[in-house]
Amino acid sequence: MKLTDISNDINEWFDGSGPMADIVISSRIRLARNLAGYKFLSRCSDKEKSEILDKLRDIMMSLDLGDKVFYVSVNDAPTLNKYFLVERHLISRHHAFGKGPRGVVIAEREFFTAMINEEDHLRIQVLKAGCQISQCAEQINRIDDMIEKKVDFAFSPRYGYLTACPTNVGTGIRVSVMLHLPALKITEQIEKFFNAAKDLNLAVRGLFGEGTEAASDLYQLSNQATLGVSESDIVSRFEKTIIPEIIEYENAARSHLLSKQSDVLDDKISRAMALLQNAHLISSQEALFLLSHLRLGINMHQHMGASTPAIERLRALCGSGDDPDKASPLSIATINRLFMLTLPAHLQINYGKPLDSTHRDALRAQIIRSALNQQDPRKS
Amino acid sequence: MRCQICNKNDATIHLTEIADGVRTEMHICEQCAVEQDIAVKSHIPINELLSNLLAVQPSDDELSGSSEQSLACPHCGFTLAQFRKEGVLGCPGDYEVFEKTLLSLIEKAHDGKTAHCGKIPLKTPRDAKKQMELLNLRQQLDAAVQSEDYELAAKLRDKIKQSEKEQH
Ligand SMILES: [Zn+2]
Ligand SMILES: [Zn+2]
Repeated sequence: MKLTDISNDINEWFDGSGPMADIVISSRIRLARNLAGYKFLSRCSDKEKSEILDKLRDIMMSLDLGDKVFYVSVNDAPTLNKYFLVERHLISRHHAFGKGPRGVVIAEREFFTAMINEEDHLRIQVLKAGCQISQCAEQINRIDDMIEKKVDFAFSPRYGYLTACPTNVGTGIRVSVMLHLPALKITEQIEKFFNAAKDLNLAVRGLFGEGTEAASDLYQLSNQATLGVSESDIVSRFEKTIIPEIIEYENAARSHLLSKQSDVLDDKISRAMALLQNAHLISSQEALFLLSHLRLGINMHQHMGASTPAIERLRALCGSGDDPDKASPLSIATINRLFMLTLPAHLQINYGKPLDSTHRDALRAQIIRSALNQQDPRKS
Repeated sequence: MRCQICNKNDATIHLTEIADGVRTEMHICEQCAVEQDIAVKSHIPINELLSNLLAVQPSDDELSGSSEQSLACPHCGFTLAQFRKEGVLGCPGDYEVFEKTLLSLIEKAHDGKTAHCGKIPLKTPRDAKKQMELLNLRQQLDAAVQSEDYELAAKLRDKIKQSEKEQH
């Protein structure tokens, strides 16, 4: 298994499938664990880190996950490969650019990864498409049980699972959802979402583009408190309260756009189409920004039956589906694929060598143009 | 903040390097980092939440936990000064060694909670499980009293009594 085996496509939890995937793109749960009888990583020598790495890698590679796994030695990986793994959400930035012996075990279908020697000895995560938080919880709990049969974790009756940073202590659980909130942004209500998250003690982070503002309108929302509240309480709070509320917000903004501001909506979609179909140089930020509006248009048609002049023109576009010989109507999967495959490290890995930013912008524009300008065979 | 290399994108990677006692900071964007093949040496590890918490750790704690301030962990040699700098602890034992100082931080980071509730390792000996159950019940009791839910509080008190009896 090489990284180029996965770099030509999106991971299955990012393909636009799953419940409520028009707004909740994916769900993720991560658990932080440390081995009993070892110091935390900040006090470990490289020799001790290697010992921990070998021990945990062997266990992770032998887990019965229903999928093959492969291992990447992160400390030996070229910089480009590290960025690639970060872009695919398989490792954290902290893991990519940390110090000393460390690695990651990845299931080939990418629903599971185990970062070894990140901030804690072990951080396992399970990812699924759409809103499937309790399914993630169930699976990661089972995996955690399997691991626990082979090692002892640092645990205290009072503080629970002991982690290197006291902000993760207790359950060590981090529940995250990736949200697409373009209508809240266009209607200038995204601040409300930030404030609501803050009131609920949840962390918000922009995805793909990372700046203060998410160019892609994709946000990751996570719990912060991990002590004194059980895993199942955190999960059900997300599923029963937080997610339905956000979906309602975003859908209200979409309805408002359609009924009161359809010129604004059509302008966004039309500009995005015009630029993406014609540009010859396009930056990652700009591509994310424009693709987000195409995604909004398609989802508004599929989930609300929206039909405006721009949405109809958008629907007439063809995207390359799974089979490049058979063009199919532009799908969410195609848009998501363009989101991911035009990120800087993905472009370069798939090109086979590093490219400077002008060449990347040209290649990115070319990939998007060809995906959006395919002739529909049924019409010719 | 703009990237120091291209001056175009937002800087998302923040590097700190300390050489000969001089601290230099660099703020660059992802694209430039890929392009320049910059090996990121020390990604600032302390998360925002924690650095805020550490910043507001005032004289109050220094009084109550004064004995901890000069202490080194007997298991790993870790000190609170190092914790303030790095934002991570040295070993699992530090939770006990520096309990006084950490407790107020833990409370702030976890909505006022200070006891675990949730999954317990399968291998945890039975008496430890009981001990935790008690801790949880007491925490719930505090919350019930605070929210003036006396009916629930009474039920919890009974449960705690029951649980304590079973232990002996
Ligand atoms: Zn730059
Ligand atoms: Zn220690």
